[in-house]
Amino acid sequence: MHPVLSTVLKRLMLGVLTLFMVSVVIFCAVSMLPGDFGQAVLGQSATEDAVEAFRQELGLDRPAALRYLDWIGALATGDLGTSFSGRSSSGIDRSRPVAELVAPRLANTLFLASVTAAIAVPLALFLGITSALWRNSLYDRLASAGTLVTISFPEFFVAYILILFLGTLWALFPSLAAVEPEMALGERLYKSVLPALTLTLVIVAHMMRMTRAAIISLLASPHIEMARLAGESPRRVILRHALPNAWAPIATVIAFNLAYLVVGVVVVEVVFVYPGVGQLMVDAVSSRDIPVVQACALIFAAAYILLNLLADVIGIITNPRLLHPK
Amino acid sequence: MTDTSHTYSAAAEAGRLRIRRTRWQRLQLELMKAPASAKIGLSIILFYAAMALFAPLIAPYGEAEILPQPYAPWSAEHWLGTDQIGRDILSRLIYGARNTIGIALLTTLLAFAIGGGLGLMAAISRGWLDQILSRGVDVVMAIPSLIFALMLLSVFGSSAASLILIIALLDSTRVFRLTRAVSVNVVVMDYIEAARVRGEGLGWIMRREILPNILPPLVAEFGLRFCFVFLTIASLSFLGVGIQPPTADWGSMVRETAQLIQFAKYDLSAAITPLIPAGAIAMITVGVNFTADWFLHKSSGLRDEQ
Amino acid sequence: MSSKTQDVLLEMRDVRIEGFSDEHWNPIVKGVDLTLHRGEVLGLIGESGAGKSTLGLAAMGFVRAGCRISGGSIRFGDTDLRTASEAEKRRLWGTRLTYVAQSAAASFNPAHRLITQTANAAIREGLFSASEARGAARGLYQAMSLPEPDQIGLRYPHQVSGGQLQRVMTAMAMLPQPDLIVFDEPTTALDVTTQAEVLLAMRRIVEQHNTAAIYITHDLAVVAQMADTIKVLRHGQEVEEAPARNMLSAPKEAYTRSLWSVRKLEKVTKPASETVLAVDSVDAAYGTVKVLDDVTIRLPRGRTVSIVGESGSGKSTTARVIMGLLPPRRGQVVFEGSALPPGLKGRSKQQLRRIQMIYQMADTAMNPRHTVGEIIRRPLEFYHGLTGAAAEARVLELLEQIELGADFYDRLPSELSGGQKQRVCIARALAAEPDVIICDEVTSALDQIVQEGILRLLMRLQKECGISYLFITHDIATVQAISDEIVVMHKGKVVEQGPKEEILSPPHPEYTRLLLTSVPEMDPDWLTRLAASREAGTNPATG
Repeated sequence: MHPVLSTVLKRLMLGVLTLFMVSVVIFCAVSMLPGDFGQAVLGQSATEDAVEAFRQELGLDRPAALRYLDWIGALATGDLGTSFSGRSSSGIDRSRPVAELVAPRLANTLFLASVTAAIAVPLALFLGITSALWRNSLYDRLASAGTLVTISFPEFFVAYILILFLGTLWALFPSLAAVEPEMALGERLYKSVLPALTLTLVIVAHMMRMTRAAIISLLASPHIEMARLAGESPRRVILRHALPNAWAPIATVIAFNLAYLVVGVVVVEVVFVYPGVGQLMVDAVSSRDIPVVQACALIFAAAYILLNLLADVIGIITNPRLLHPK
Repeated sequence: MTDTSHTYSAAAEAGRLRIRRTRWQRLQLELMKAPASAKIGLSIILFYAAMALFAPLIAPYGEAEILPQPYAPWSAEHWLGTDQIGRDILSRLIYGARNTIGIALLTTLLAFAIGGGLGLMAAISRGWLDQILSRGVDVVMAIPSLIFALMLLSVFGSSAASLILIIALLDSTRVFRLTRAVSVNVVVMDYIEAARVRGEGLGWIMRREILPNILPPLVAEFGLRFCFVFLTIASLSFLGVGIQPPTADWGSMVRETAQLIQFAKYDLSAAITPLIPAGAIAMITVGVNFTADWFLHKSSGLRDEQ
Repeated sequence: MSSKTQDVLLEMRDVRIEGFSDEHWNPIVKGVDLTLHRGEVLGLIGESGAGKSTLGLAAMGFVRAGCRISGGSIRFGDTDLRTASEAEKRRLWGTRLTYVAQSAAASFNPAHRLITQTANAAIREGLFSASEARGAARGLYQAMSLPEPDQIGLRYPHQVSGGQLQRVMTAMAMLPQPDLIVFDEPTTALDVTTQAEVLLAMRRIVEQHNTAAIYITHDLAVVAQMADTIKVLRHGQEVEEAPARNMLSAPKEAYTRSLWSVRKLEKVTKPASETVLAVDSVDAAYGTVKVLDDVTIRLPRGRTVSIVGESGSGKSTTARVIMGLLPPRRGQVVFEGSALPPGLKGRSKQQLRRIQMIYQMADTAMNPRHTVGEIIRRPLEFYHGLTGAAAEARVLELLEQIELGADFYDRLPSELSGGQKQRVCIARALAAEPDVIICDEVTSALDQIVQEGILRLLMRLQKECGISYLFITHDIATVQAISDEIVVMHKGKVVEQGPKEEILSPPHPEYTRLLLTSVPEMDPDWLTRLAASREAGTNPATG
């Protein structure tokens, strides 16, 4: 088998294995629930019978391995379980399936993340590459200091500053991003401006710094000096000599930051009351709605793993040593 | 270079010698040479440390003292007004320094104790222990730590103890990776082999040969990890699942007063109120980042201006 | 080769170059003149820090990042390289002015085929069409005696060996038929037998095309083969310049003579004595890769046995087996008549104490956070239980013994020069009061004159303390200077073992002959003789 193919396959297998391990870890969270949990969910006045029925529904009386198989099997068919909320001490069950709760919100989160990525990735690459090329210029120093400050800011600080200036003092954009499913694209975008801007500011800072570092280390390699000594113009040095070797580091930088976006989205959604998975998860954590927390955690983790996997695969298929084996 | 002697003498051999100074003199010199950003960073850290240490002396009111007027505007009695149940915001801000920084510091220390110790052991043993630990860390790090923390908090509930334990455990994975990576670079050095060949025990090698060499990068990393832990805890508190009331904490203070921002057009000072604890969080991370950045450059001998 | 009558190609006057470090500009080249005629080959020689590479690059009008030309003039043909714009210089670089770098493996772009890189500049500047350029490249590969010259260009850099890459890079530099090639230590990273082949190919092609060249190296014997004229640099200044032959036979400056000081060391061999340490039919492997195959070596007491071989010959592995760092698969290490436990863990403190080791890189052999005093003290404390004032007094005594003074006690390794560091390592080994010291390439990272000092010290200590040395090296001059006996190793096997005179004089086994004839000699005709003998396929007389 071609080494590229076998390396990619190995990496994919590792990704699947990681995903499996992660699902085990997430599943185990339920097993670690304290004993009086049923009482806590159903309320102090819940009857013995209701609590017992609830325990049975969770399957806490069966072996963990079996429960895991049931859970993962149901997951494969799109069944994420049933939410804890909506249950009451009287035993009446108005709870909803988790999948129903998550699906529309996942679409919203993906929308916000894609809008952010579409702005942030090209911007950060441009800033990172230019400041690497004009190293130590005033432009580079300003960008460097500016981004160091920005990465130190918590997302909610950036968010509230934006709200203060662009949402209330000059009410250019809505400070509550209540998007609805039936909204037209334009209106959706308008409502999402502030959350997307917040995320962009945070991501660009990280990504620009990493891009700069990656390009600088690439330009320091002896074969770049050789290319210059062969009389190559700066343009050709970059395009012909640096770029073919830059895909792997750049892919890593992008994937890392998109993964970071996945996390940043949680806080930003809460600030702007944006109906996404992140906000759902935070609400579920507050109410200790475990099935919803599990589903959200699994979605975030899967996105994270997939992004890193993608970066590694790009690194593998652009590596000349693997492309052209001995 | 007027060296015309060609008879060899080792003691006179050309070599730039540094003038020896005491530790304190060296420190002073380093501080004087430090760039402006590092000086700003260090002053910020000192300022916060003083605030945290002397909180009861500085704060005009008690941490959870409820005064008659909620949402009081900025005034001479209440410089920053009071919050939704009438607690003095300035006092809570000052106590917040103590709580927020204290918890973050404790968490980071714990993370370093766990991650650093295991990382060092993994780097030296390089056997099954290393394999198991490294694979385990890979799995934990495959889940974003804020998400993992949210999940665990939903299971164990949000008490200060579980917060510290959970974040420390999650963050120790990153400390583990770094410690292992730096230590592996040191372990392959000839002086480690020389010590092993001399017959030195593992303890001596770890303490005397490896530790002094991995300390500088770890100290810089401590700053960066502290920032990360601090921001994670602040974010969790902001989300309402971190440090719980009535403990004063900056993250929750932002959350509690956030709606004031909507009144910016009527009372700008009220609108700024939630930004003050948020700014306090930002400022300490900026300070620590600046300092750690400087330290990192110094200890690694990096000079990217070349 | 001499062509002084032809016109001047390159004229450098009072060139000054500075580098930025420790917050200010420090001089690297302090006013050097250099004149090169068409078709002339100039050797630039000097030790580390002499500024020879910086000067060589400046001859192309190029300075590395963090450096600047602060004075002087550089004229190449009718172009002033100091005032020329980058665009003007780029038109010369890669076509009329070309460069061969020290590490070909790092200097080729991993993402492009060799022939694409070879032909790139010539095609770009329109000197050749693409097919002509490729044809010319294949012709040059042939001329450089590369295997499969029609195919090798289709490979990528990592698919080709280091010696071959260096030849491809020379072909690349030669392809546009430049006026001047700068060779920057092109064979330093190569094994000695590979070096001889690469030198032969380089010299042949430079002569054929009558190209002018600047050849930068630290090895006088190498440059004597390549250059018409030699310029010696030290601390950024010229020491002297002379035709190659005159330089070797009658150097004007004492410093020049010190460049081959190790070659002037001679040791009168002593007869063999009782065996103190023996490696007895040892096989060793890293994982499944066998690196030692039935190795037997004996070290007589108070004598020096040198193990010579190229990289991958297994000479350092032998040291690791003796030290107990790599337990052998078969065979044993015998010390004073009794077998040592194979692994480090099984050995007693006394067994460990009596065999000490000194490493090639003194930099990495000393903990950068310990002072010289602490470093030397530790074995005293550990093996002999010396503490306090007694230990301190003994450290001072040892510092005297290695010709460093008491004021070195509190210094950190970073405050020492290369030679001083290696001396401290020697003192640390001496502190254990060992019977045997294993020296693993202890002088190869040092300049000649420093090497000589270290070797003299080691010999003096042998005389005073009766220590036996197992000296691992790839450098024949060092072997000649210090050994009583020689072991030749190749691909994990002992090729030959015996007294120095016997091994160094014919008849030789095939590999020993190849190794010995490949070592450059202080004779401008060595390479010519080697070429003649290799073409004839006969056994040349070695000098």
